[in-house]
Amino acid sequence: MFLSQLSHNQSAIVDTVQAQGTQDTIAQRLSELGFVAGEQVRLIGRAPFGGDPILVQIGFTRFALRLSEAERVVVVGL
Amino acid sequence: MSSIQHIALIGNPNCGKTSLFNQLTGARQKVANYAGVTVERKEGFVNLPSGRRLRVLDLPGAYSLAATSPDEAITRAICLGEMPSEPMPDVLVCVVDATNLRLHLRFVLEVQHLGRPMVLVLNMMDDAKRRGIKIDTAKLAAHLAMPVVETVALNKQGIDKLLVLLDAEPPTVVNRGVTEQSDIHQQVRAILADAVVMPTDTDRRDDVLDSVLLHPVAGLLILATLMFLMFQAVFAWAAPFMDGIEAGMGWLSDIVATQMNDGLLKSLIVDAVLAGVGGVLVFLPQILILFLFILSLEESGYLPRAAFLLDRLMFKAGLTGRAFIPLLSSFACAVPGIMATRSISDPRDRLTTIMVAPLMTCSARLPVYALLIGAFIPAQTVWGLFNLQGLVLFALYAGGIVSALVVATVMKYFQRDKSAHALLLELPSYRLPNWHNVALGLYERAMIFIKRVGGIILALTILLWVLLTFPHAPENAALPAIDYSFAGQLGHALVFIFAPIGFTWQICIALIPAMAAREVVVAALGTVYAIAGNDEAIAEQLGSLVATQWSLATALSLLVWFVFAPQCLATLATVKRETGSWRMVGMMTFYLFALAYLAAFITYRTVLALS
Repeated sequence: MFLSQLSHNQSAIVDTVQAQGTQDTIAQRLSELGFVAGEQVRLIGRAPFGGDPILVQIGFTRFALRLSEAERVVVVGL
Repeated sequence: MSSIQHIALIGNPNCGKTSLFNQLTGARQKVANYAGVTVERKEGFVNLPSGRRLRVLDLPGAYSLAATSPDEAITRAICLGEMPSEPMPDVLVCVVDATNLRLHLRFVLEVQHLGRPMVLVLNMMDDAKRRGIKIDTAKLAAHLAMPVVETVALNKQGIDKLLVLLDAEPPTVVNRGVTEQSDIHQQVRAILADAVVMPTDTDRRDDVLDSVLLHPVAGLLILATLMFLMFQAVFAWAAPFMDGIEAGMGWLSDIVATQMNDGLLKSLIVDAVLAGVGGVLVFLPQILILFLFILSLEESGYLPRAAFLLDRLMFKAGLTGRAFIPLLSSFACAVPGIMATRSISDPRDRLTTIMVAPLMTCSARLPVYALLIGAFIPAQTVWGLFNLQGLVLFALYAGGIVSALVVATVMKYFQRDKSAHALLLELPSYRLPNWHNVALGLYERAMIFIKRVGGIILALTILLWVLLTFPHAPENAALPAIDYSFAGQLGHALVFIFAPIGFTWQICIALIPAMAAREVVVAALGTVYAIAGNDEAIAEQLGSLVATQWSLATALSLLVWFVFAPQCLATLATVKRETGSWRMVGMMTFYLFALAYLAAFITYRTVLALS
């Protein structure tokens, strides 16, 4: 399951971040921001106009990710 | 004596680094750009207990040294001593938010791998205590192998400890060798588990506020209300100050005028220098009020949330959520709007936003629109509901917005770097704005505008004066003096170019002084048609005059011209300052003139064909 598919307030554990192509700076940045295997994430909300971007809690921080970005993060539901 | 000469503050965005910088240096700050890039360089000085003075550099916020933005590239280069113009800092003061340690400690460990002397500042300890977060600083210092100082915004206590540390010899460096990304995360987890007790991951205040402010319906309503208030304030609060500045400059001009003999020097001082200074200062009220809102919203943590709410809409237009507030501001005036684009981290998104900002209908266009609509568009009711004059005004605003969307889309298509534009936006904890920071921010904006933009505006105003003054009109001239000047000759020459879009030679001449600011076209037309009196009298007489002299097609063509034409030197000067590139100014000027000409041509020909 991808991070983008979580339902409201659902928590999950990050499995991997999939890079798209060889030079995927977004995937690299995601792991720098804490999206690494074993971290717990929670979907806090979705933006109006089609639920993109989404709001995610990871560690002690809140990030807004576009769906295209969240689709790089593979998670396992709790 | 300590060998520490310069230090650099380094840290994640939203760690309170700038707050600390302001506390350390007070108003002893120098704000400029790094050589060759548009990243802001902030430097200041701090006095140590021993009386020594220390140079402090506030590095741009960074999530990582693997730079993905120009800001981060600068931070990285300075830490590594790779910036030719910047000496390598003797100590890196790493600032972290005590409530956000998981994210921020990772960056600390990454920076530590550079092998430079470091001090850790645990900022926002008051928030951490309020949330019941317990941090064992001794353990933290042992794990990180660097001195740790606790600080609280607006409290000198921690600052003094930091200064004592910086007055001593640099802390010893621990070599950590090479570590994998995942290992750094492991280390952070281990440190947190041992040294920090975190009762909850989130702040209850944030949870409650976010559930309301980011709600798809309530959140948008609140955002709309906020923006409405901001707009009201910009127009309502700024107007008396702007009138005051104009009245003050008028008073000053009158004094000079009565004290000096008629002649070139008097004309130069009154019509060029004083008019130019007035033309610069008159922007300040709007800039300050707008930035009072923007800085407060940024300090409080709301700004990225507004970007979150509107990202989808803006993204469809080839922009980013962050572009919303700069573009909205541009409806008041493109100058502060363009200055506000600094909060857009992606340079491509920022450039696109700057390029389309002048297409938002600014308040200076209203006098022109009011004159022409009043003179040519009958105040009749359409479809039993709308006022035709109002509809035309709406169409002019909508025309600007729609063309901005088109231009942004086209720019995206032409950009060389096609890699995905990232959002990856952190929504920091809500905080009450620190008014000291807001005041310093306002002071900075005002200074940047007056020094960097004001100089260009003043120079161009004087150039315009030369064009409008020389050569002089002959004795007993039949036509107004402007007709004989370079500007007048240029205007007559331009008829050749502008005849296809229906402009008369009077309009062509008036367009030249209107390069200073759009609303000047009304007064300039008054000069060309030799109407005397104050602005309102001119506008009134001019309205009835042009209604008989111009065709409807010409009037509509001129209206459409003003939707696009870059008739504003202040905007162009601001673009120079913010992009650091005359090429960008040239590109903007060219594309806006081309668009204006094309749109006016289509309008003129269509109206002619229909009538």
